Amino acid sequence: MQFICLIYNAEDNGPQPGTDEFGPYMQAYADYTQEVQDAGVMVGGEALQPIATATTVSVRDGKTELMDGPFAETKEQLGGYYILDCKDLDEALKYAAKIPDAKYGRVEVRPVMVFD
Amino acid sequence: MLSPVDVSAQIARLIREDWGRILSALVSSTGNYALAEDSLQDAVVSALEVWPKKGIPINPDAWLITVARRKALDRIRRGETADRKSGELALWLEQHRADPEDRDMVIPDHRLELMFTCCHPALEEKSQVALTLRALGGLTTDEIARAFLDKRAAMAARLTRAKKKLAGAGIAFKLPEPEDLHTRTDAVLRVIYLIFTEGCHASSGQMMREELVQEAIRLGRILTGLLPDHAETRGLLALMLLSDSRRLTRRGADGSFVPLDAQNRARWDQARIREGIALTKSALGAGAAGPYALQAAISAVHAEAPSFADTDWPQIVALYDLLYRAQPNPVLRVNQAVALSYADGPQAGLDLLTRIEGEGRLQSYQPFHACRADLLARLGRLDDATQNYRAAIALSQAPEEAAFLEKRMDALNGP
Repeated sequence: MQFICLIYNAEDNGPQPGTDEFGPYMQAYADYTQEVQDAGVMVGGEALQPIATATTVSVRDGKTELMDGPFAETKEQLGGYYILDCKDLDEALKYAAKIPDAKYGRVEVRPVMVFD
Repeated sequence: MLSPVDVSAQIARLIREDWGRILSALVSSTGNYALAEDSLQDAVVSALEVWPKKGIPINPDAWLITVARRKALDRIRRGETADRKSGELALWLEQHRADPEDRDMVIPDHRLELMFTCCHPALEEKSQVALTLRALGGLTTDEIARAFLDKRAAMAARLTRAKKKLAGAGIAFKLPEPEDLHTRTDAVLRVIYLIFTEGCHASSGQMMREELVQEAIRLGRILTGLLPDHAETRGLLALMLLSDSRRLTRRGADGSFVPLDAQNRARWDQARIREGIALTKSALGAGAAGPYALQAAISAVHAEAPSFADTDWPQIVALYDLLYRAQPNPVLRVNQAVALSYADGPQAGLDLLTRIEGEGRLQSYQPFHACRADLLARLGRLDDATQNYRAAIALSQAPEEAAFLEKRMDALNGP
């Protein structure tokens, strides 16, 4: 069963580019991705550009409306995700806990809907 | 010949006793908690109709599970389940039709898996408690709502939400992985203990809440049977039994709180005490004692004491040290100060309270002030005692507590 791990963090929280911690942080992501690939559970996953690049789209009465910025003005924003194929929630939660940002932000785990 | 009332009471008792085991077997075979629970409920409704007329079957469990499986099949055929595997499941149920009068049918026991599922940490704690009472205790939504002084609709919504999560979130119906067994068992014990303490807080007349105590003890017994090697499970059961042994003496005829030193020890439940002490000994003998076993041990020392004055207070002080090491909570030190005041005198207890007064949030903890008031009173410092009683009364949440403290305070200036 597939689970998506949505990685939420405030952009100014955790290791920042240009600091000594940033290199090991990026390495931790590379190691983690390698681990889930080797375990055969990795389905996909990407990091996202910062929220400054976000545009929110909605269509009302046939008219497309654009908004500069993310859809919700919360401190913690979606920064990336993994989709993992695990045998159950317990296994998915274990892998989610190993995502480097779980230490700084939060990871929301949800099963992916399956349609017949 | 039994009267119809006796028959329905007997049926209700039978169903309550067997509910958890049958439900666990149904969840295990259908892999769908909500379907299993609804179908078993259907079977119970049938039983309440059929059994008073035709008599209770020789193997009531076989009757219930067989009828429940048929009801599950009906529900799937009516398209009530959105389960992707409902086709396979219908086929399985079709192939496993059985005779409800089968007297030799053996129903597998999956209650342990059911307990771990209901107490899964991905569920909110209160939902874990509600689901455990529903699934293992066989309590109805109404009964659970009444026990927790909740509105029925709110409790129903909570249970529905929890069942949706069980169905969709990928929570497997299985025993935890060996590396998780310890923490997951702790979660089950915590849920059982929460049920117990909730029942202990019932004021008299709140029948459903008082029943939670007996329900928690029953769940503790089941878990002890399922995990015979787990010392803390025995420790928890011992703690609940020993505490329950004093249930009748804890309140006066008028419902007022009666402290340990004023309780009529002759009325303590000796059967509960014997069982509790035996379990405590076996839980303590199994290596490093956990918090439940240590609390049970403290309760056992009280249970064994012929009178309040003849209590082995130094032993209790020592047990609190061990408990504090396992669970560093300043509240424990307050309890220890009481024991210390009887072992080494009120000044020793007061010194301990002075040492810890800055810790945690003791300043807003009612028993801290009540304890200090009592120690000051015993030292003859009546004005200081009165001041502390006032602080304790202001922090009391239950009116009986406040009334008890006021009586103590008034007695300071008495004859």
